[in-house]
Amino acid sequence: MIYREAGDFKTTYKADQETFPIRLDKVGFWLSVLIVVFVIPLFLNDYWEKAVFLPFFIYAIAAIGLNILTGYCGQVSLGTGGFMAVGAYSSYKLMTSFPNLDMFVVIICSGIVTAFVGILFGIPSLRIKGFYLAVATLASQFFLVWLFNKWEWTYNYSATGQITAPERDFLGVVVTGAYSAPWATYLFCFGFLFIFGWMARNLVRGHIGRSWMAIRDMDIAAEIIGVNPLKAKLSAFAISSFYIGVAGALYFSVWLGAAEPTEAFSIDKSFDVLFMIIIGGLGSMTGSIIGAAFIVLLPVVFKTVLVGLLGWPTDIAEFTQIILIGSLIIFFLIKEPHGIAALWRTLKQKLRLWPFPY
Amino acid sequence: MILFDPFFWEVFISGLLAGVMYALVALGFVLIFKASGIFNFAQGVLALFAALTLVGFQTGQVPFAHLLEAVFGLHVTHWGDGMPTVLALLLSLFVMIGLAWLIVKIVLRPLVNQEGIILFMATIGLAFVLEGVGDLMWGANVKRLDVGLPEGPSDFLLDHTGMFIEKLEISAAVVAMILVASLMLFSQYTKMGRALRAVADDHQAALSVGISLETIWWVVWSISGLVALVAGVMWGAKSGVQFSLSLIALKALPVLMLGGFTSIPGAIIGGLMIGVGEKMFEFYIGPMIGGATENWFAYMLALLFLLFRPQGLFGEKIIERV
Repeated sequence: MIYREAGDFKTTYKADQETFPIRLDKVGFWLSVLIVVFVIPLFLNDYWEKAVFLPFFIYAIAAIGLNILTGYCGQVSLGTGGFMAVGAYSSYKLMTSFPNLDMFVVIICSGIVTAFVGILFGIPSLRIKGFYLAVATLASQFFLVWLFNKWEWTYNYSATGQITAPERDFLGVVVTGAYSAPWATYLFCFGFLFIFGWMARNLVRGHIGRSWMAIRDMDIAAEIIGVNPLKAKLSAFAISSFYIGVAGALYFSVWLGAAEPTEAFSIDKSFDVLFMIIIGGLGSMTGSIIGAAFIVLLPVVFKTVLVGLLGWPTDIAEFTQIILIGSLIIFFLIKEPHGIAALWRTLKQKLRLWPFPY
Repeated sequence: MILFDPFFWEVFISGLLAGVMYALVALGFVLIFKASGIFNFAQGVLALFAALTLVGFQTGQVPFAHLLEAVFGLHVTHWGDGMPTVLALLLSLFVMIGLAWLIVKIVLRPLVNQEGIILFMATIGLAFVLEGVGDLMWGANVKRLDVGLPEGPSDFLLDHTGMFIEKLEISAAVVAMILVASLMLFSQYTKMGRALRAVADDHQAALSVGISLETIWWVVWSISGLVALVAGVMWGAKSGVQFSLSLIALKALPVLMLGGFTSIPGAIIGGLMIGVGEKMFEFYIGPMIGGATENWFAYMLALLFLLFRPQGLFGEKIIERV
């Protein structure tokens, strides 16, 4: 009864394009934002910050980025780990070269650097399509990780080859390094997620987003009706890499604090982010965020249940977890190839009509 | 003269032999892609799983020993001294065939008619499941695999030409060639082979003349299970059976791009090109830029190549219609 419009009375395009057409959704969304911003920080401890919220926010940004490229523009990419590494290393170089630079500027600049690298590796997409492209993006993954292993300048010639985030602040509040307060890093990352989620939402329903979707649905037809594939594909690569670069910079500087390319930015990262958008739903903002929550929280939950409650040895718990994640992926693909976001849409449709079947 | 340098030839030949190994993995991909249009990401994990199973049978490990101990407190590790290699190979082959059946029934059957990318994702999920099950069944430690292949450098070549070539690599190349030849014969001259080619050509037409898609898929996945077993044995004998074995799938991807996803000769020639190219690059240019170029060279080569020929060396010409 509550979750219902009386009919379709939209008279303006503005109303038609609204993100939350139902008031309950809108209220619910802003209420949860308020809770996330004002209530959770009061109770936040180190464990929840490091194990749950930071990875969730950061992966959600990366997932939104990849979703722009794969879900909206239809270019499958397996190079996410490599682009995250670019973001991380450029933030490291910026932090160490300009100690007085505000952290916000550092993160944005790292995103911009990554965007240029993304354009470079996006050029093949103009010729190569589908699986060939997916495999071609692996080149960026392996090449970039190798580069950050071998090019000493990128890690300031440190003997271990590791990069460590120095202490930097955002508007006077320390957000990186060992002495950052949980609430500060939490709000810092959430701020990025909120701003970039909002930006992405508006990008994909605007002109540029429509040209991406046209390319995704059928590139030749799109080209014929006047969408410039060069512009559409490269802008998708640029913006997607920008997001992923921002995520990579946050991942290294705020969350991990120290990183080493082979482990932290391995191909597993690329797959993780890809799973997020598949499970969440390709071509859906909500989907990226749900998917990120799913993939980040699942291991935490499994670990707590299997190791903590049942007392299994960690290795068995880990294998079981891999099996479960794999089966869940297959299960979701079989049951709902369009991801949790599609399930959510169906559920909403049902709720609107409830208690009548149609 | 570079051609008289024994190092050049040593690098060249070891590149060729490594290329044969890549081709072997790539072959598994091509078989499945041709017959079902599925880009099977799990091929590498299949090889790992096959090798793990083989070692398990050979040494007489009890499957799920670790799990049994953790859940039921039952402490068993071995049920005997193991079995002869031939028997273990046969049994592993049966396991792979059974696995193929399960995969077709559980994963592929419900996903008929989905887009290629969805099926690709499903095989990634499959890779996860197989990896977990393999580790859970047989343990994650590095295992030595000994199937009685000759080891050490080939004395004959060392004495006569001064080249250092592993015997194991030579025998792997021979086995791979035999496998490829018999697969070609199978697909050209048997009834089942013809059905396979028919399905590869056109699913619907094949269905309409009474070829059962499900059976064909089962056969194809069993064959690529066999290829995975051979690849797993070869790579496992070379560097031990461990998780990194599944990463050879990543090595096979550039080979596929170079040769085209649908061409068996392409997989072989692509494999050889990548094998030689990457060894040469590492040997002559690698030291100048810090080494360890093998990780990405193949991809870069394939990427540059595709820029000029998007369908690969022998791929079918891409014709697009609106």
